[in-house]
Amino acid sequence: MQVKSFQLFPEAASTIAGQVDGLYAFLIIISAFFSLLIALLIVYFAYKYRVRPGVTFHPEHHDDHSIGGMVLEIVWSVIPLGLSMIMFVWGVSIYFTESRPPADSMEVYVTGKQWMWKIQHMEGAREINELHIPVGRNIKLTMTSEDVIHDFYVPAFRTKADVLPGRYTTEWFQATQVGAYHIFCAEYCGTKHSGMVGTVYVMSQPDYNAWLGAGSGEGSMAEQGQSLFNQLGCGNCHASVINNQNGRCPNLVGLFGSRVELKDGSAVKADEAYIRESVLYPQSKIVAGYDDYMPTFKGLITEDGMLKLIEYVKSLGAKNGTQNSATSMPVQTGEAVPVLPRGRPQGKMIAPPAPSPGVAPPAGNR
Amino acid sequence: MITATAPLKEKKNYINAEAGLKSWLLTQDHKRIAILYLIAVTAFFMVGGLMAALIRIELATPAGDLLDSNTYNKVFTMHGVIMVFFFLIPSIPAILGNFLLPLMIGAKDLAFPRINLISWYIYMLGGLCGVIVLLSGGVDTGWTFYTPFSSTYSNGYVVLTALAAFINGFSSILTGLNFIVTVHRMRAPGMTWFRLPLFVWAHYATSIIMILGTPVIAVTLFLLMLERGLHIGFFDPAYGGDPVLFQHLFWFYSHPAVYIMILPSMGVISEVVSTFCSKKPFGYTFIAFSSLAIAVFGFLVWGHHLFVSSQSAYAGMVFSILSFIVAIPSAIKVFNWTATMYKGSVRLDTPMLYALGFIGLFTIGGLTGLFLAAMGLDVHLTDTYFVIAHFHYVMVGGAILGYLAGIHFWWPKITGRMYPEGWSKIAAGLTFVGFNLTFFPQFILGYMGMPRRYHVYPPEFQVFNVLSSAGATVLGLGFLIPGIYLIWSLKYGKVAGPNPWGATGLEWQTSSPPPTENFEITPVVTTEAYDYAALAAREQMQEVTRLG
Repeated sequence: MQVKSFQLFPEAASTIAGQVDGLYAFLIIISAFFSLLIALLIVYFAYKYRVRPGVTFHPEHHDDHSIGGMVLEIVWSVIPLGLSMIMFVWGVSIYFTESRPPADSMEVYVTGKQWMWKIQHMEGAREINELHIPVGRNIKLTMTSEDVIHDFYVPAFRTKADVLPGRYTTEWFQATQVGAYHIFCAEYCGTKHSGMVGTVYVMSQPDYNAWLGAGSGEGSMAEQGQSLFNQLGCGNCHASVINNQNGRCPNLVGLFGSRVELKDGSAVKADEAYIRESVLYPQSKIVAGYDDYMPTFKGLITEDGMLKLIEYVKSLGAKNGTQNSATSMPVQTGEAVPVLPRGRPQGKMIAPPAPSPGVAPPAGNR
Repeated sequence: MITATAPLKEKKNYINAEAGLKSWLLTQDHKRIAILYLIAVTAFFMVGGLMAALIRIELATPAGDLLDSNTYNKVFTMHGVIMVFFFLIPSIPAILGNFLLPLMIGAKDLAFPRINLISWYIYMLGGLCGVIVLLSGGVDTGWTFYTPFSSTYSNGYVVLTALAAFINGFSSILTGLNFIVTVHRMRAPGMTWFRLPLFVWAHYATSIIMILGTPVIAVTLFLLMLERGLHIGFFDPAYGGDPVLFQHLFWFYSHPAVYIMILPSMGVISEVVSTFCSKKPFGYTFIAFSSLAIAVFGFLVWGHHLFVSSQSAYAGMVFSILSFIVAIPSAIKVFNWTATMYKGSVRLDTPMLYALGFIGLFTIGGLTGLFLAAMGLDVHLTDTYFVIAHFHYVMVGGAILGYLAGIHFWWPKITGRMYPEGWSKIAAGLTFVGFNLTFFPQFILGYMGMPRRYHVYPPEFQVFNVLSSAGATVLGLGFLIPGIYLIWSLKYGKVAGPNPWGATGLEWQTSSPPPTENFEITPVVTTEAYDYAALAAREQMQEVTRLG
């Protein structure tokens, strides 16, 4: 990171940064114009019309309803209104670009926790307070929090988004310059809020591949998700091969991104939030044709583990999931039957750092 | 120009009408209650200012060297809570509004004098809760109390702090209610709505926000207390709540609350600019109605605080466009004040210096608000020092400069004494320079990406932080000096006389300080507001009568 002791402007290192800077420049010009206009008028009037010995003034009394007065009032209402509508449209158009990740984005998962950023790559690499990404690729972050609200902010990319407990938010960017840039938590999150910082390393594609190749040795996120799936015994009920219609619970193959008909007649899109809700609060949305059979896994799975499970479900394919080999068949029946919830999970969903990635520690079933 | 005439005999006024502490603590005189507020609000301002000083000293270096992180978080929280709930919201309405509203409309008192006194006691009870929090270890949620941090994770005295703000809210509601009824029912004969001084219009608009908005924050804080104390899930997803719901409820009040803080200041500026130009404010009706427009539209823009909080983009668009629209009435006011100076007869006494400072700084504060209303830009700027700079331009450059303009303008009326003009001009100058040095660098810091509420920060941000801390020292001096000379003036200041500035309002037609019943004879209003020609004619008549 090129740390300069004095700068007026942050580095611009994403495709969106130039657009944000452009709007900023426009607003500065407008603001400077009006601030100076008002300041100069005040100074000029204060001098020109100052009370001084030997000069008597008979201030002109202005009638609100005079034509000249009305014209002025209209002029100085309509011009600012017009300018502000330009700002509005410009701001909205940038926001829509900022808030909609392109379909071809590379996915990275982020979990915020007092006071660290935990990052998981689909290929299985995990890092803390660091994010390695290739230059020139659209990167989509899917983010959640284990405790309070955080906010993932990269000033050089001119973007941020809140990271909320119990919910997934997204943020995307395409880095344009190799380098290292600050990550800040921008939503106040408690004692070490200002320590919840990190670095984005933007690398050339070959460097990134080499970094990724060093790997974690734990397999891809989907593979880790699969072993978690087996460990928690999900496969005992959820069939995940296409021809198994006898499962007590819905088939997960081709689920992600599809439209799910619910028992109450409504329908829902199977996105990350739906999967998360179905694992933690299974009774809240019952799929049509099934019974309220599944127990809650609240307290049994960490947020990081949940992201792995989601990645596994995604890997089962959208719509026609036939590319999945039989290895994703549920196995190990009888080994890890999920233990039904032990009373109410204690307070928060957070769990201390899990020894085995994904499964919450209070799993005293083995 | 009027000078003090015959030496004041020990004429009865509201100050010497009765003696003894009890006569003050049980008073129902709006003027005395205003003085009670003045003392209490000033005390809170000093505590809040001390917190600001600690923040700026800490931030002079990138490392956390003066305070530990927990203490720093508590300090900025108390700075925010005290300045917002115990200084900015009550400052102008409860002190100047209380003192002046009945005088300006020719009434003997507010409509409900006992409720007025109760409001002060409620304020003090809320303040007491705040002081207990402060003394017993503080709270670290930030003044915004965002959940689930505040409801579940914070280790501070969240419930007591929320209770302090909750109780204090009732004081606001009762004051607002009192003002609205007073303006409707207590106007002197001939004081029609469009003869009301603009200060009264501004307070009327403020009162509407107070009685409609404050109950919402009270409910929100109550839900927060329930969740924290009894684990009833409203906001924490662990209890089945929604963390963003809190932000909606909080800003539904707290954005309009910004207008509670700035509208009364705007009322002061309208009075001061008119008086020191000896000219009717340009566009009286536009200024009056823009206050009401701000009060109404102010309720519809809260979502611009949530552009990065997972709010729907379409909801965001609605809040964004409404936020731009609410800026227009403010712009109208600025242009009208400036136009008032055109062909006026301008005197640069201290209140006018503060008022001109207000116009300049509020203009910058308002314009930088547009940066935050523009969604695409707000994503980068929100939760950074840009936001801090923006709202301090509005709250300090606007609300506090307006408050100081008002205090200086009406000091002769409140106390019967003049403050030293030389010192007060020095203080006004120091405040203006110190303010800009403190907060302008923070715009740059914000765009560079320095997040707010950071105890420790990367070294590249230090230069502007040092500038800001240096500015804060000058600003502190600018606030301290008036504190000294205003107290000095109580005993040694020149006797002011009823109308030292040649102002037109009814409050200037009674003696300084006013008698307990405000006017010896109920005034009858026969002219428009700000009729300087009528004032000159009346004074000429009085002169003739006196000499004849």
